[in-house]
Amino acid sequence: MDAQTTHRRGRPRILLGAAAAILVIALSACSGGDFPQSSLHPTSDFGRDIDALYRTILWWAIGVFVVVEAALVVTIIKFRQRRSSKAPQQVHGSTLLEISWTLAPAVVLIFIAVPTIRTIFRTDGTAPEGALQVEVIAHQWWWEFHYPEFGVVTANEMHVPVGRPVALAMTSKDVIHSFWAPKLGGKRDVMPGRTTHIAFSADSVGEVYGQCAEFCGESHANMRMRVVVDDSTGFEAWVAQQLAPPAPAETLSEQEQQGLDLYRTRGCIACHTVEGVSAGVIGPNLSHVGGRSTIASSILPNTAEGLARWLSDPPAEKPGSLMPRMPMTEDEVAALAAYLLSLN
Amino acid sequence: MASSAPADAMTLRSRIWSWVTTTDHKRIGILYGVSAFAFFMLGGFEALIMRLQLSGPDAGIVSADTYNQLFTMHGTTMVFLAVMPLSAAFFNFVVPLQIGARDVAFPRLNAFSYWVFLLGGLFMNVSFLVGAAPNAGWFGYANLTSAQFSPGVNVDFWAIGLQILGIASIAAGINFIVTIVNLRAPGMRLMRMPVFTWMTLVTQFIVVTAFPVITVALVFLMFDRTFGTNFYSVAAGGEVLLWQHLFWLFGHPEVYILILPAMGIVSEVIPTFSRKPLFGYAVVVYSGLLIAILGWGVWAHHMFQVGLGPIADSVFAATTMLIAIPTGVKIFNWIATMWGGKLNFTTAMLFSVGFIAMFIIGGLSGVMHSSPPADLQQTDTYFVVAHFHYVLVGGAVLGLFSGIYYWWPKVFGRMLSESIGKWHFWLTVIGANLTFFPMHFIGLLGMPRRIYTYDAALGLDTMNLVATIGAFAMALGSLVFVGNVLWTWRKGEAADANPWDGAMLEWAMPSPPPVYNFSVIPTVKSRLPLWSEDGYEPKPLPEDPPGPIHLPGGSYWPFVTAVGIIVAAAGLLTGSLWVALAGIGVLVVGIYAWALEPFEV
Repeated sequence: MDAQTTHRRGRPRILLGAAAAILVIALSACSGGDFPQSSLHPTSDFGRDIDALYRTILWWAIGVFVVVEAALVVTIIKFRQRRSSKAPQQVHGSTLLEISWTLAPAVVLIFIAVPTIRTIFRTDGTAPEGALQVEVIAHQWWWEFHYPEFGVVTANEMHVPVGRPVALAMTSKDVIHSFWAPKLGGKRDVMPGRTTHIAFSADSVGEVYGQCAEFCGESHANMRMRVVVDDSTGFEAWVAQQLAPPAPAETLSEQEQQGLDLYRTRGCIACHTVEGVSAGVIGPNLSHVGGRSTIASSILPNTAEGLARWLSDPPAEKPGSLMPRMPMTEDEVAALAAYLLSLN
Repeated sequence: MASSAPADAMTLRSRIWSWVTTTDHKRIGILYGVSAFAFFMLGGFEALIMRLQLSGPDAGIVSADTYNQLFTMHGTTMVFLAVMPLSAAFFNFVVPLQIGARDVAFPRLNAFSYWVFLLGGLFMNVSFLVGAAPNAGWFGYANLTSAQFSPGVNVDFWAIGLQILGIASIAAGINFIVTIVNLRAPGMRLMRMPVFTWMTLVTQFIVVTAFPVITVALVFLMFDRTFGTNFYSVAAGGEVLLWQHLFWLFGHPEVYILILPAMGIVSEVIPTFSRKPLFGYAVVVYSGLLIAILGWGVWAHHMFQVGLGPIADSVFAATTMLIAIPTGVKIFNWIATMWGGKLNFTTAMLFSVGFIAMFIIGGLSGVMHSSPPADLQQTDTYFVVAHFHYVLVGGAVLGLFSGIYYWWPKVFGRMLSESIGKWHFWLTVIGANLTFFPMHFIGLLGMPRRIYTYDAALGLDTMNLVATIGAFAMALGSLVFVGNVLWTWRKGEAADANPWDGAMLEWAMPSPPPVYNFSVIPTVKSRLPLWSEDGYEPKPLPEDPPGPIHLPGGSYWPFVTAVGIIVAAAGLLTGSLWVALAGIGVLVVGIYAWALEPFEV
């Protein structure tokens, strides 16, 4: 076969290149680089339970992979057709071999199944007594969080205290969504007409990324969130801030006052709540929106600039968004942004 | 000269007419193959646009809604319009030859299946032309598909289109079950059937049992959308999870509908090019059966993230893990077939070996998410995308390409170029690994599926770019294949009856086969009718038929009946009662004329 010999020369280089590319990716993934939404770098008991199980299974899979691919490679090298090859012996099978390679995977599977079932029962979403209850309500395309223990209502950024168990009780106002903050553990679907549960206890302070993981319509990709894990004093401070009424109108700057007027007159009040100003329930509660680090379900930074981008054309940032484009001048947009940032 | 032009036109017209009215399983097989490959290229084109969009964060190549249409149609197209009908091309062409039959049991029903499939596929894709392609995912989860959340005709195109395709699949399924059970040559006992025919039989049983399940789910959906019933409407006491259970009760067996035919192909190719019979024939057959049966008991592993409770999760984890055993057994038997053989690495053989190498990876990642807690991190992310593309591209598509290279000489009487074929193979395999291997990491590091944009802060740009480059390498591979076909068309070497020295009956007749297939229906004495019992030694069959062979003529009524179905569907889609009634009228006339058509022509 001439074709084979000509190809053999160029092939190793291409293969080597492809293998190298894949290896580089594998190493960068394992190196613990900056992956804020990674399932491989858990920071909660739920996440660590899954990670430990995942690593057990991964090593078994790698073991099986090496053995079977090696068998394949050895076979194709050893028995490739050569001039000296004789007519092969016509073997039809071997009962002993069939039994052994039926049993071998069964044994491997037992080593996977036992820790699996143990982990299933440990991570089934039941939280210990005294857990912090958070009600999660999913909307197209944002997240609403209620803290019945404190009477706090917020959106898109969930704060939890480090070390204290947290129990999420989740439901949806419209279609099926899925709550997924990978560092804190696995995802769970959030469905209309049902309540589903996640329980976890975060073990290190910091901000983790999350995102809806069940396709939920046009802006599924834009349904993101942040979970902020605070130390206990930080969490208490956050709760206190959420409970404090917004600053009285007279303390606002002139631009912020103009923003408040726009908030009142440009339809915002129909959908949004700002304590003491409006009581809309269609969109996120904005009473303390200035204290959040992101806006529009974490697709933009919560800065004057980010807010201006969002307020001047919401459907451009989040296609399909219920929040319409309101005709406003640049100054009006800046004023409204300044007012929202003052709400912290 | 002047008189030859109209004569040519006549020939062309009558040639097209002969394809429209054909009931020859071989020509229908070719029709399936050509149509499915066209849809395969279309689905691949959709994938390329998606990969361009994801080559960097916020790439802005297409809008959110266009992206959603693309991934919905990519999945739907590849499953229902590319891989299934490409398998059907082989069922049609190869199975009657392998069992020693002159045609399938119901040749006109066979033509009907093809036309319904083709028109159904076109029906669904016409949606692009009116800017309303399906956009709720190939899995179409309720209640996103409800009239409230998907008010356009996008989902109607999908729901009606899938039901049309279901008709084609079920009709073909019944046809092939009857064919394989009844039309085998004398002496071809079940346990002497070629493994490809066995896997076809198993697949068709899954088709005729699984498609009714999705039909039920789709009828509910259509009634909810069209007539305001409340099967999936939570507010009225309906249940969104009903859809998921029905869909995956169909959807998981569907996975085996996609992969078992490819496994059958590999089981033909490897023995031929190893010069050894298949190792553990009975075990390979039984493991195929077992996969089909176990496939019915695993559907809820697509729903671990729903939270069905620890008991249900444990049971479905166990059944899912069990499926790994017969699958692994097949792989071991293929390797054992090659062991001690004299391996000739033709392009067909390379694709089969590539199938094994990549299917191992897809199988192992499958075991990884058979574990529900691990799956909670993996499902609905690019890890799953990586997994099923290793199974469906590395598995099904490589297997089908292996079959194309293997049976091409039989179908067209010409040999595909081996040297171009090797370029095709290496580009496809390297491209596929470059595309799908990084997706394991992309998913584990936090990228969900079905998102048209992602946050640059996730740190996944480079890996996504690599995946995009791989996708273009794969696309180039497919173009090289098209080039190979064109080259072969013009300059391909003529093939003799048995160019690979294969063992099965399809190699016993000239290439391409005469319209009557076998000069004499052979009597089968072993599993390897063209090889001698102890040792490889090709045995030819007699050349010319000793007496005249009667064959039924063509019929256009299957085509007319299929058109009736499409017109009725268009009426349903547009809400026009008159169009629907016209379609039903054509359908009824078609069925009656078909039934009363004289058998002798």
